[in-house]
Parts: sequence; C-alpha cells; structure tokens
Amino acid sequence: MQPGPNLDMLSPALRARFDAMIAHYPVKRSALVPMLLYAQDELGHLTPEVIRGIAARLELDELAVREVIGYYSMLRLHPAGRYHVQVCTNISCQLRGADRIWDHCRARLQLENHQTTPDGVFSLEEVECIGACSWAPAMQVNYDFHQQLTPEKVDQILDGYRRKGASGD
Amino acid sequence: MPEPPQMVNLTINGRPVQAPAGSLLIEVCRANQIEVPSFCYYPNFSLQAACRMCLVEIEKTPKPQTACTVTVTEGMVVKTDTPVVHQARKSSIEFILTNHPLDCPVCDAGGQCELQDMTFRYGAAESRFEEPKAHRDEQQWSPVVYFDRPRCILCYRCVRVCGEGMDVWALALGGQRGVGSSIIPNRQDHLECEECGMCIDICPVGALTSGPYRYKTRPWEMRHTGSICTFCGDGCKTTLGVRNGQIMRGDNRDKSGINGDFLCIKGRYGFDFTRGEARLRQPLVRRQGELRPASWAMALEAAAQGLLAARQQQGVGVLGSTRLLNEEHYQLQKLARLALKTNHLDHSRSADLPGFLAALARHASSSATPWASSQDLKTAKAVLLVGGDPTQEHPLLAWNLRWAYRLHASRLYILNAGDIKLRRQAHRYAQVAASGFDAALAFLAGSGAAPAAQLTSVPPAAINTWPITPVSPISQLPDGLPEFLAALRQESDVIIVFSPQVQAAALASLVQLGASLPGQTRYIALAHDANSRGASDMGLYPGLLPGYAPLSSPAAAQWERLWGGPLPSEPGLDAAGMLDAFNRGDLDGLYIVGANPLRRHGFDAAPGRRKGFLVVQDLFLTETAAAADVVLPALCAYEKSGTLTNTCGEVQWQRRAADFEGAKSDLEIIHELSALLGHDLGTSSPERIFQEIRAHVPGYDVSWVQLHSGAGALSHLPPQSSVDASPLVRISATPWTRSADGLARGQTLFTDGELARRSVLLNSVMERHETNDAQ
Ligand code: SF4
Ligand code: SF4
Ligand code: SF4
Ligand code: FES
Ligand code: FES
Repeated sequence: MQPGPNLDMLSPALRARFDAMIAHYPVKRSALVPMLLYAQDELGHLTPEVIRGIAARLELDELAVREVIGYYSMLRLHPAGRYHVQVCTNISCQLRGADRIWDHCRARLQLENHQTTPDGVFSLEEVECIGACSWAPAMQVNYDFHQQLTPEKVDQILDGYRRKGASGD
Repeated sequence: MPEPPQMVNLTINGRPVQAPAGSLLIEVCRANQIEVPSFCYYPNFSLQAACRMCLVEIEKTPKPQTACTVTVTEGMVVKTDTPVVHQARKSSIEFILTNHPLDCPVCDAGGQCELQDMTFRYGAAESRFEEPKAHRDEQQWSPVVYFDRPRCILCYRCVRVCGEGMDVWALALGGQRGVGSSIIPNRQDHLECEECGMCIDICPVGALTSGPYRYKTRPWEMRHTGSICTFCGDGCKTTLGVRNGQIMRGDNRDKSGINGDFLCIKGRYGFDFTRGEARLRQPLVRRQGELRPASWAMALEAAAQGLLAARQQQGVGVLGSTRLLNEEHYQLQKLARLALKTNHLDHSRSADLPGFLAALARHASSSATPWASSQDLKTAKAVLLVGGDPTQEHPLLAWNLRWAYRLHASRLYILNAGDIKLRRQAHRYAQVAASGFDAALAFLAGSGAAPAAQLTSVPPAAINTWPITPVSPISQLPDGLPEFLAALRQESDVIIVFSPQVQAAALASLVQLGASLPGQTRYIALAHDANSRGASDMGLYPGLLPGYAPLSSPAAAQWERLWGGPLPSEPGLDAAGMLDAFNRGDLDGLYIVGANPLRRHGFDAAPGRRKGFLVVQDLFLTETAAAADVVLPALCAYEKSGTLTNTCGEVQWQRRAADFEGAKSDLEIIHELSALLGHDLGTSSPERIFQEIRAHVPGYDVSWVQLHSGAGALSHLPPQSSVDASPLVRISATPWTRSADGLARGQTLFTDGELARRSVLLNSVMERHETNDAQ
C-alpha cells in the first residue's frame, strides 16, 4: 500500500509544533495559515507533497488549501531566491511611482517577474497590495518591509542584501 | 401554517412599494419590474457582492450600495436610475472587462451572454487601461468542462453552485490575488467531480463551456423544445436545442419544469445515445438464420404471423419497458390482453408499488393524500430516507434534499446500509445491515423487538462516495435506532422516501411507522428508469390492471366495457416466469419491448436452439434484439410526444424535440401490430389516449393546464386493499433472480443501463473516472 499524504518532509520539531498548534483552535482549519508559513520557511516553498500533507492533517480538501495559498502573496508554490523581492504595483503604490520602482528592480537585478538570479541570491515578483499603502511605494523582502522607495533607496537596500548574501549570513 | 411575513414600505424611483421584511432589495426591485443588473447574485445561493453591478443609491447612505446584499427596511428610499448609478454600472463593466477579450464572435455564450447584454446596454467596450490584456490558453478540465480564463468575470457563481448546490466543492478561487486570480479545479489541472455541468450553465459568460457543445452551433440557430430526461426516474425537464433535427445540447436555463435549472450529467449531456451508430434504422427479419433488413410492412406482418401462431399453441408473453411513455404502456397492456389475449405481461419492476398501496390500505389512518412531489421535498420540514443513494440514483431528489437542508433547515433522517454522500446533510443517521431493513423498520414501527446490537455498532467509515472525495469526513458515530426513533417521533411533518430495498413486509412496517408519527406523513417511492412508475401505474403486471386493479376486481368489468372486449381472467406469468417458460419451450412467443433481459439473464434465446418466436422492439441492436426473429426499430422519448410519470408520481407532458429516420414510435408500432393481430386500438393520438387515461386510471385526473405548463402534475393513486403483491422480479438485476435485490442494479451517476451504455460522452466520463481511481 502506498503511504497516505503525510508531513514526513518536515522536521520532527515542526511537526510537534503543528500538533500543539492545532490543539489550540476549536476548528482545526484555523491553523492553516501558520502551518503553511512555517512549512514554507523550512522547505523554501510549498511543494505538492506538503500541501497534500497539510490538507490531510487538517481534514481539508487540497483545493481549500490552494485557495488560501493563492490569496497570500507571502505563500509561494515555486522556489525563490535567498532574498525574495516583492514589489507592490497596486493602486496606492502605482499612484506614487511603483512602475518606476518595478522597472528599476528589473534592470538592477536583471530579472523578470518570477525569475531568480543564477547565484540564487535574489528573486523578483510583482505583487498586489501588501498593506503598506500609507508609505507607498513599498516592497517586501522576505519578512522585511521597505517603504517610500526611490530608485536610490532600492539600490541601497539591494546592496545591503547582496552583502548579507555574500557573507553567508 | 407559517405566519404571514411582515411587510415594509419603501420607495423605489419615487414609486411606493411594499415588500416582505427581510427581502433583498434586488429581489424587491425585480418583483416590481425595476431593472437592477447583476452578475454574481444568484437566487438561493450565498451572497457574494463580488461584481458591483447592482449598485443603487439609497437615501441617507453616503455611497452607492449593492442591492444584492441590502435587505429592505421601513421607509427606505431607493434610486436605481440616476447618473451616479449609471456611471457606477459603466465603471463596473469597464473594470470587469479589464482582461476580458470580448471575443463574442467565437464564444459559445455569444447571443446569450449576460456580459454581452450589459456591455451593449451600458456601453463600456472602450477601456482606459493601458496594459495589454492578459491572455491565458483555454484548459480542458474534464470530458465535460472547459475553462477559458480570460472570459471569466470572477462572479463565483460556479464555485457556489458546485459547493453549495452540488456539495462537491470542486471549484475555488486560486491562482494569485488581483489580476492573477483564477477559478481553479480541485485536482490542479483537472476536475474530479460529478460532471453535472451546473457550473457551465450558471456561468454568466462563456468562461466555462462544455465539451459536447462548444463551437458546434449558436443559440439562435437552434429550435428549443421542452422534453423530459429519459435516464432516471426523477423526470427532469430538459430543454433540447435542436438544429436540423439533431440534438445539440440540453439545459434548463428557463427554469421551467419540476427541476428548476438543475440537470445532472445524464440529462444535460447523455443525449448523444440518440445518434449512436448502434441505433436501429430499419426493421430486421430473420431469414436463413440471419437478421436481414426488411420493410416495415414485411416486418410487422412477420411479427404478427409469428405471434398469432404462438398464441394458438402454448401462448405468448409480453415484456414491457420502463422507458416508454404512459400512453404506450397503456396501449401495450391492451395489446397483450385484448389482441394476444394473455396476462403474461410484466416489466422490470423496482419499487414495490403494489405492496406499498396494499400497506397504505391496511395501515394508513388518515385519508389525506399520501404522496409527496419532488417540489415538496425542497421545503420539507423533515425527511426520512430509507435505503438507496439518491446522489447516484436520483440526482434531482438529492439536489432537492440538499436544497431543503440549506435553505429550510430541513432535518434529514437516514437509515442506510452504507455511508451515502447525503449523510453530510443528515440530522440523524442510523446504519443497518444490508439485510436488516425489515428488522429495523419493524422496530421503528413499534412492532419488532429491540434492534440487535449489530444494528447500532457498525463503526463509522469515512464517507467516501465514489467518485467524490469528501471535503471533510464525518466523524460522528451513527445513531442507535432507539435514539433515531425518539428524534423522529418529535417530527410532525415527514416525507418518507424509500428505496426498492424496502419491500413487502418492510413496507407494512414503513407505513405503520409513518402512521405512528404525529401530524402529516407523505411518501416517495423510489423506482429506477425514466418511466417505471408509469409502466407500473398503467398495469404492466400479470395480475393487475391499470391503477393496480386486480384481475378479479369489479374494475375489470369496467375496463372491459371501456375497451370493448373480454379480458383474459387467468393471471399470467411474471417476467422471470415468462423467460423460464420460453427457455423451456413452454411459451411459444415473446414480444419484448424496450428491455434487454438477455444481457443480464442467461436465458437461452439463441435462434436454432429454442423453438419459440421472439419479437424485439428497441432503439438498439441489443443482445436480446440480436437473438430475435423480428426486430422493430423504435424512436426514443426525445423523438415523440406524450406523458411520463416520475418516481414521485408527477405526470409531465413531453414534446417531440428531435427526428430520427427509419424508426417509428412505440405507440405507432403497438397500434399497427395490434391491428394485424386482429384488435384495433383506435386512435393513436397521444393526447386522446392520455384523455382516456386521465378519465379512467385512478389518480390520473390531473389538471390539463398544469400538465402543459410544465409544472408537473402530481397523480394521486389511491390505496388498494385488494392487491396481493407478487414478489418483485427485476429484469435488469444481476443476476436475474426472483429474490429482488434493490442494490443489484448498480445504477450510478454516470451509468443507467442501455441508454447510458450507448452514450459516447457518458462512457468517456466513466473511463476517465476509472483511470483517476486507479491512480
Ligand atoms: S461539473 Fe458539476 S460537480 Fe463538476 S465542477 Fe462543475 S458544478 Fe462542480
Ligand atoms: S467561470 Fe463563469 S461562473 Fe465561474 S467565476 Fe468565472 S464567470 Fe463566474
Ligand atoms: S436527475 Fe435523473 S431525470 Fe434529472 S437529468 Fe439526471 S438522470 Fe435525468
Ligand atoms: S497598494 Fe502598495 S501597499 Fe497597498
Ligand atoms: S450582483 Fe450585487 S455585487 Fe454582484
């Protein structure tokens, strides 16, 4: 018999954390978003196997899990670079020059949407509103927010990450 | 009686309007002929407010409101026809069209597209967006369902009809947020679902299209005729779009008929059996051992000669169909009794209606009508479902049960041997062994011993009704029968729906149980096939005349007077008896109409080895037809007019929609053959014959107007005290035995005997599901 969907790809510590987390909520599916985030932190992206595993663990249809992944730009189905640069081009940012920021990032990183640099340090993505409208234009790199961007500021930010990347930190 | 709803007064466009409190503004506007456009709003599904098309101005609210989510209140002042509203509609369309290709000239929905109509009306075809439209290639998700992402306006109708309506939950919004969002199927690049096509038909645009119909024709090139689906006993109205005599599609978008806009895969797409290669296009007569084409005159003559000769010897039997129209059943039993002078007459029985009518006569206390219609199920307070799996066998009734659960908080009590999908809607569920219905019902009726332990301790298996994986498994334990009964006794208005698993003695218990409940109890007897109820009501029984009158009852004399001839008084053989006798050479002729017993039952009909004479009348060269001496090609139901009675007893008029050359209607064949056998059956007009049925068959005095309006007219068979129900014999059961087993049929959502077997589309869906299962 084939093994059913499981979470064996995750560390025992994370699996134990999931068990504790699920027990906290009256409805199991409430644990879905944190589970996806932590699993992504460990695996780099959400693989079909881990999606199936989480669906089974929460007694959900896989479709319900994919629906949630689609909603959050922080959750991804494909591998990303070590620093995942997400530039908001939604309305507030657009009014404040997001197109310029986006074009600048593309030129600077030599990347198009959803691409990763050959050295694996950066990947680039255009995203919808990330909730930082008051400080538009904005972008997000992994869990850090960067606001009121100008091309110069973007250069500094990206240089900072490149140095961090080189130092292997 | 429910309290009359409280009314509120409001003003719409300066007009005073009254409406029940709590109604949605959009419905109130529409009820008053005030147009409010909408895409996402769809009556009887959850509110979405996704499209913003229904924006209206309401006094004292600062900005336009969505009429599809606002409920009316006293004193509300609404304007639907202001510059602000017009601008809002125009902007909404412009926004909806951001990535829409407006490829109406090649789109299936062109000519019947809500977006096309609105764009025309409010004009926003030119866009201020600078970005190129995002193109995505079309995707095939199943043999039935295709998806064109660019056309989708994200109204969520498909998501809701599949989830809330079908309880399949196979569609969702995925992809990414914003411009990257897209409807996605449950198995990443394909669908694993019930293939009902509801999502396709409910789609306001051409984003979801169907394999069988796409790019074949345009709506205005077809003639649209209301017909009745011939696959299961539910009798859904299907509006057939016909071009040049060929059926191009089936749907029920006009929501007329008993099924509203519901159709399952078979009613919507299964019609391709009508054009199959296997259709018989000319009569065949066996000469020198071979079936050879013959003219109608020759074939009918040969059939009549053979049957007459057999009648002179040891007799002839007639096996009827469960798919003929009522008028045909009725005339067929006349042919048997008056022309062939025999009661060797039967059909493939499923519901034990004679047994049920006898039980009613014995046990039901009230004189109120015991029958419930499919509509009654939709608003039922409580339903007891005994046996069966409506999701597979009665898709419309399952839809109605889910409807009642969703919109009327109906309580569903399920007594079943298996974990059926409807358990997800069950209020109480008790599991019995497959052979345990008699004992369980006896207990529930108060006349049996306490149920054996094994009846209550069956562990709950995860509900996994093929082919659908559950959204979430049910983890409650089944109820024990005593708790089940205690809860049921609290109900004062119950519809009892029973499957063919409930027969004879169990039926007596069932009716006793029904009579013991406080208040009103009504019934639905589940039967297989399109018109087995009609076959049964019209008297295709060896011992019962139309309306279940026994041969020896006073009714027999009345029928004799009406039909102008003596009726044979000897009870005849039932189906199994006839086939056995034919096999042994004790019956010299068999006239089989629309049944294929040879396929399942090993009766040795091979010409040369048997001595009897075999006439088969059917759509296809079935196994039985291939063994016949004369084969008469018949039209299918979509190609003729007349009435059908669905499993609830609702009589519906069916109109001829399509043509087929070479075959004749069963009615015509029966009439011509009867004349050659020496008995003139009179007029062969279905209207005139139905008039006779309506005037004389008990319970069939239905309203002519209702019948023709497409509403379905519920017949009211009276209880029959004198019926002695003979044991059930089922022609299509495997194996064909006297001990009928309601489950043996194996009818599923995608299969249903002979017709589905001949549908290329249904077969491709079956194959696909088998491969998916194997993976
Ligand atoms: S065909 Fe029916 S079951 Fe399949 S996705 Fe569409 S609505 Fe759902
Ligand atoms: S596919 Fe059709 S029904 Fe479904 S969301 Fe898109 S437009 Fe609406
Ligand atoms: S539910 Fe029955 S009658 Fe209705 S479309 Fe399906 S097979 Fe036909
Ligand atoms: S629009 Fe860019 S953060 Fe909201
Ligand atoms: S119909 Fe009201 S928002 Fe779509």
